Amino acid sequence: MNAPALPEAASRVRRGAVGIETVGMTMRFGSFTALDAVSIKVRPGSFHALLGENGAGKSTLVKCIMGFYHATSGDLLIDGFDGHVRDPRDAHAKGLGMVYQHFTLVPALTAAENLVISRADVPAVVDWAEELTALRAFMDAMPFRVPLTEPVHRMAAGEKQKLEILKQLYLGRRFLILDEPTSVLTPDEADEVLGHVKALCASGALSVLMITHKFREVTAFADEVTVLRRGRHVGSGLVADLSHADMAAMMMGDARPAAPAARAETSGAPVLELVGIRARDRSGLKEIAIDGLSVRAGEIVGIAGISGNGQMELMEILTGQRATSAGTMRVHGAPYRATRGEERRLKVRYLPEEPLHNACAPRMSVAENIGFRSFEAAGAGTRFWLAPGEMRRRAERLVADYKVKTTSVEAPIAALSGGNVQRAVLSRELDGEVDLLIISNPCFGLDFIAVAEIRSRIMAARNAGAAVLLMSEDLDEILELADRVLVMSEGRIVYECAAAEADIPTLGRHMGGHA
Amino acid sequence: MSAGVEITAPARSARAWLVPLAGRAEGVLLPLAALVTGFAAFALFLVLLGKNPWTFYTLVYQAGFGTGFSWTNTLARAAPLLLAALCVAIPARLGLVVIGGEGAIVLGGVMAGGLGAVLGGWPALIAMPLMALGAALIGGLWIGAVGALRQWRGVNETIASLLMAYIAIALMNHLVEGPLRDAASLNKPSTAPLAEALRVGDMPGFSVHWGLAVAFLACIGAWVLIERTTLGFSARIAGGNVRAAQVQGLPVTKLVVGFTALGGACAGLAGYFEVSAVHGSANASLAAGYGYTGILIAFLARHNPLAIIPVALLLAGIEASSGLVQRRMELPDATMTVLQGFIFVAILASETFTGRLDLTRWLSRGERA
Repeated sequence: MNAPALPEAASRVRRGAVGIETVGMTMRFGSFTALDAVSIKVRPGSFHALLGENGAGKSTLVKCIMGFYHATSGDLLIDGFDGHVRDPRDAHAKGLGMVYQHFTLVPALTAAENLVISRADVPAVVDWAEELTALRAFMDAMPFRVPLTEPVHRMAAGEKQKLEILKQLYLGRRFLILDEPTSVLTPDEADEVLGHVKALCASGALSVLMITHKFREVTAFADEVTVLRRGRHVGSGLVADLSHADMAAMMMGDARPAAPAARAETSGAPVLELVGIRARDRSGLKEIAIDGLSVRAGEIVGIAGISGNGQMELMEILTGQRATSAGTMRVHGAPYRATRGEERRLKVRYLPEEPLHNACAPRMSVAENIGFRSFEAAGAGTRFWLAPGEMRRRAERLVADYKVKTTSVEAPIAALSGGNVQRAVLSRELDGEVDLLIISNPCFGLDFIAVAEIRSRIMAARNAGAAVLLMSEDLDEILELADRVLVMSEGRIVYECAAAEADIPTLGRHMGGHA
Repeated sequence: MSAGVEITAPARSARAWLVPLAGRAEGVLLPLAALVTGFAAFALFLVLLGKNPWTFYTLVYQAGFGTGFSWTNTLARAAPLLLAALCVAIPARLGLVVIGGEGAIVLGGVMAGGLGAVLGGWPALIAMPLMALGAALIGGLWIGAVGALRQWRGVNETIASLLMAYIAIALMNHLVEGPLRDAASLNKPSTAPLAEALRVGDMPGFSVHWGLAVAFLACIGAWVLIERTTLGFSARIAGGNVRAAQVQGLPVTKLVVGFTALGGACAGLAGYFEVSAVHGSANASLAAGYGYTGILIAFLARHNPLAIIPVALLLAGIEASSGLVQRRMELPDATMTVLQGFIFVAILASETFTGRLDLTRWLSRGERA
């Protein structure tokens, strides 16, 4: 049954897309069923999208296909034959490859070096002249190319993603899994990369299974779509036959997200003002420079940008975690250094990204975590003795108000799911009067219901008169929530417009630093 | 319909009551398992040496806890161990691993010995608190400096505290053999013997000095501070996740410096009692390794000041039995250090199991499905 694995060099010559099919694939982790008899079919040369909320089983399915997991039951067919995959190496030998959400290239090496070292059969001494000739010949046969002698760290994100895909083709992969391939790309770059992938599929060189949650990409590029929900296959079909509403309905099932909160008319005085801020970035090499940023009461200012362009540093400046070398930060006109007293007096609240990592003590209880803002407050003054009873009652009230699912408020917060951690943190930060709310990627990795609920809470805070600064890598989120959109690139604010007049291609160009 | 609600309500509350217990069970079970593993591994070591582990542990029990006399011996050793363990446990609640308590003990002892020589003629009521305060102060400054170095200069607190312990011991040797040396101490350079009035005596009814009571109170006080005050809560937030504490605007630097200094003050007090209740003068005997055993105790107690009490008694008993075990079983004097080493490796290894033994998740398994 087992055909001898083809040597890499031979497999590079192999042509023609591979089709795969899973038959009743089930994966259990203990008593938890992550995949429940899922059957999907990716025909050779098709571009197949895999849709589903977080935790729907998309990653589990592709990990079973790639041999990272061994399915509890069910079969994998490769080109119609039994394709039992022992491990990822076996999957590679069979022509299956995967492109991960984040780059797996070595930044300091050139594209050519990255391609050569990714092979399993790199010789001890590499004849670079010969390799480069071979690589040029390979590139010439490709529908798109990247500069071979350029170090990867100098490439734009879109180039890197193209190189990742070229790498898979170079390694002889004829079936590719793309795991949210556009999450680090600008809209333009995403369209370009996916356009190339679609062309490769159409030419019959490749079949693709793409994990995504962006409907737009599904309709624009995919041929077929499969939707998973809670580990089950809940629908599939030709993309041409399905509307966005159909796909959304399949993904969510019976649950309905909260209706987006209405945007009330508000106008207010500036609450947060940053002038001439200068600071070092994480690497210590580049500068963060915010010349002017102001957020008025009753306004959501969205800061769009690709991850790693200084948003994290700006958040750290705003929370007092990063020292500034120049400039002033004012809240309600008063100098602000994010001390606890100032945060309380000026009613400033924060919702950092990855709340379990940045806003919670994972091993402390839900009640204690919810108490972080208020544990020493006694009216206007402070208390010395802790009041655990009061803390627990407050937590129970907020847990009920914000529908945080937890066994008990005494359970460690790390035991909660991502959405529930975010709800718990939101309940803590929005409790009481809020004048300024500073948020970073509030919905990252959350499911539909949680996303809708959290966005409507943010909108409600705005409508109640809070000034909201929203940093997000999700442009859709910014366009949905913000009144004013700023674009951050290379540590600077490079573009500003009213949300109503925002034009996605223009924003994309500024995000990519090409304008 | 309403009947159903009434039936489910008690079951839910029973579970809600169990969850916090389950969350804490791990904190008891893991160190206990590590302790047993350490004992078992050491038993194997004894077998390889051709000794009988059963005899060993019986002797340890007899000499450490078997009789009133052995309890006295154990309790006397427990006092400095309790305070040394607090020097590790209090900063640990802020996420710091401070292992240089030995330095604060030694300097506290020298401070007490030196002050005692100066204040010889003063009334005990004034001189004794001054000596204790001086010892606590120097200990607090010494370990507080470790916290300050970390916050302001990014120096790793574990390495800084360990190296500062060596500096402290060298400083003690210099002072005791030089400026503070009592000319009468010929064989063993020491500070001048304390006046009888300045000695700390035994508690009535025990033949154990008052340092033990102070150490017990310090443990209880540290627990109250950490678990029951808003200051302690701030420290626990910073220890649980320093980024979260910063976002909450908590004064992390002040907390770190304050809590390291408090830990150091405890260790300094241990030095004070060693000099004024045990040795009668400051000399090289101060560097007896209490600071290092304190590290083991704090880790076994999972940095819970109340749990330090039983663990310190256990370790004090083991140390107290050292002499008897050496004589009866003809074992080298490093035996107890080897045993402590086995336990320490086991407790460090057990940390990797943290979170795997999640009874809370097990209890709530029905709700997550």
